Amino acid sequence: MSEIEIKELTKRFQLKEHTVTALDHINLSIEKGDIFGIIGMSGAGKSTLVRSINYLEQPTEGQVLIDGVDLAGLSEKELRKKRSEIGMIFQGFNLLEQKNVIDNICFPLEIAGHKKKAAREKARELLKTVNLEEKEKAYPSQLSGGQKQRVAIARALATNPKILLCDEATSALDPQTTESILQLLKDINEKYGITIVIITHQMSVVTRICKKVAIIENGVLVEKGAVDEVFEDPKSEAARELIFEKKNDYLPVNDLKADKNIRIVFSDNSSYEPLVANLILNFGKPVNILKADTKNVGGKARGEMILGLPEGEDLQSRMIDWIEERGLSVTEVKEDVR
Amino acid sequence: MFDEKIVEMILVGIKDTLYMTLVSTAFGYVLGLPLGIILNVTRKDGLKPNRVIYGIGDFICNIVRSVPFLILLILLIPFTRLVVGQSYGSTATIVPLVICAAPYIARVVEASLNEVDAGVIEAARAMGASNLQIILKVMLVEARVSLLNGVTITTGILLGYSAMSGTVGGGGLGDIAVRYGYYRWQTGIMIVTVLLLILIFQIIQHLGSGFARHIDHRKR
Repeated sequence: MSEIEIKELTKRFQLKEHTVTALDHINLSIEKGDIFGIIGMSGAGKSTLVRSINYLEQPTEGQVLIDGVDLAGLSEKELRKKRSEIGMIFQGFNLLEQKNVIDNICFPLEIAGHKKKAAREKARELLKTVNLEEKEKAYPSQLSGGQKQRVAIARALATNPKILLCDEATSALDPQTTESILQLLKDINEKYGITIVIITHQMSVVTRICKKVAIIENGVLVEKGAVDEVFEDPKSEAARELIFEKKNDYLPVNDLKADKNIRIVFSDNSSYEPLVANLILNFGKPVNILKADTKNVGGKARGEMILGLPEGEDLQSRMIDWIEERGLSVTEVKEDVR
Repeated sequence: MFDEKIVEMILVGIKDTLYMTLVSTAFGYVLGLPLGIILNVTRKDGLKPNRVIYGIGDFICNIVRSVPFLILLILLIPFTRLVVGQSYGSTATIVPLVICAAPYIARVVEASLNEVDAGVIEAARAMGASNLQIILKVMLVEARVSLLNGVTITTGILLGYSAMSGTVGGGGLGDIAVRYGYYRWQTGIMIVTVLLLILIFQIIQHLGSGFARHIDHRKR
């Protein structure tokens, strides 16, 4: 049984004149212990989706099952209990500004009716986990963004949740701080076996720590799977856009139209051979590099390159064979090169 | 001019003024704080929106606030007599002061609670907090500086309004100022009472904002 099971989830918002479909029949299973990334451009519906997991947003249609329990069937009180078993952190940290660090971390325990002394002990232990022991008495206003997020993480873990939801948790942080927060999340995942769901618009976050990824666009889940598989061979346009940031499109496409365009995807088994140079030397014909891009995915180089091949069908197919022999996958690009 | 009798009268005036101001602020909050919370919670983007309840509270606040205090003082005489047994004196003045202050306080509270970051409230909901817990443990705590500033402002306003109590024989510094300064042309007494009112106002403002600063942990 999956830890989180989302079935045909649809959310519509009724505005004055028209209805907006924020989520459109989403199906998703997230297994226990996963670090699951949900990525999409802003406005794609990611935040609504993550808020459906703890029912901060009630779906219009469809189901959310946590450990096989349908949240729609719970009473208000049972739902609150369930929510306390799901930790959540936010882009804006959302700490209580008038409480110090330790009281912030104790807060979910206070709400759940735990004894103050036991809560403090638990909070101190968590402060150690997030490496902020010396800030126990500090107030949020005295902390940096990264430290605030660490406090928020400790607070989210106070009730020993089985699931941690992260809503753009690193979007307000600089790259170094983002890195340290992601490392912390990874450690927590390993240490406590907690399932982590990460909502982000930053591809680097997904590639850094997620095992699985789902891509949503305009409320529709367009692609899901293991991170390296999706990256190696993105099927959807949205995935390709996110991975290769096609938005920075500066090529005057028509001018570069060659006789035949092919897309080469570099993967694990790509050698360090200077591919294009050797291709040209080998065939004595020029090829045109229309686009080249690489990304670091989970520490491995992933990339794609679009080459315009010279005329002559025979030559073209021999070139493709030559490339494929070197362990690269080749697909023909029919549409405009972007 | 300032013989023992007058000094004693002014001392009693100070006592009466403080009594009316502080007691009516306190009772004003007994009524106004819950009303303000209800207004904030039931408003359109509140914790539990409810058009009917908000509409009623909103209407009452607007009606009471649109009646000038002096008129309210007279209009409420039968009610005051019912509550405290008489319609004159300091204690009797407290009744209209409270009725006048409560809707004002409710508005101040409503606005203060509105300043609480929606994200913090959402975080509390995500932790499984009930609406009551969110009100008591999040909203009132996070908005406490703004709430306290509201108390200071309200106290200052009630200090001013209590001076009108002379109309119903209420006593206090304002009453003395009107009776001696205005009706008897004893400008000296009037100036003294006005100076004392200014002093009391300054003390209230100073204590209020000082305490508010003291409990604010947002900036250092």
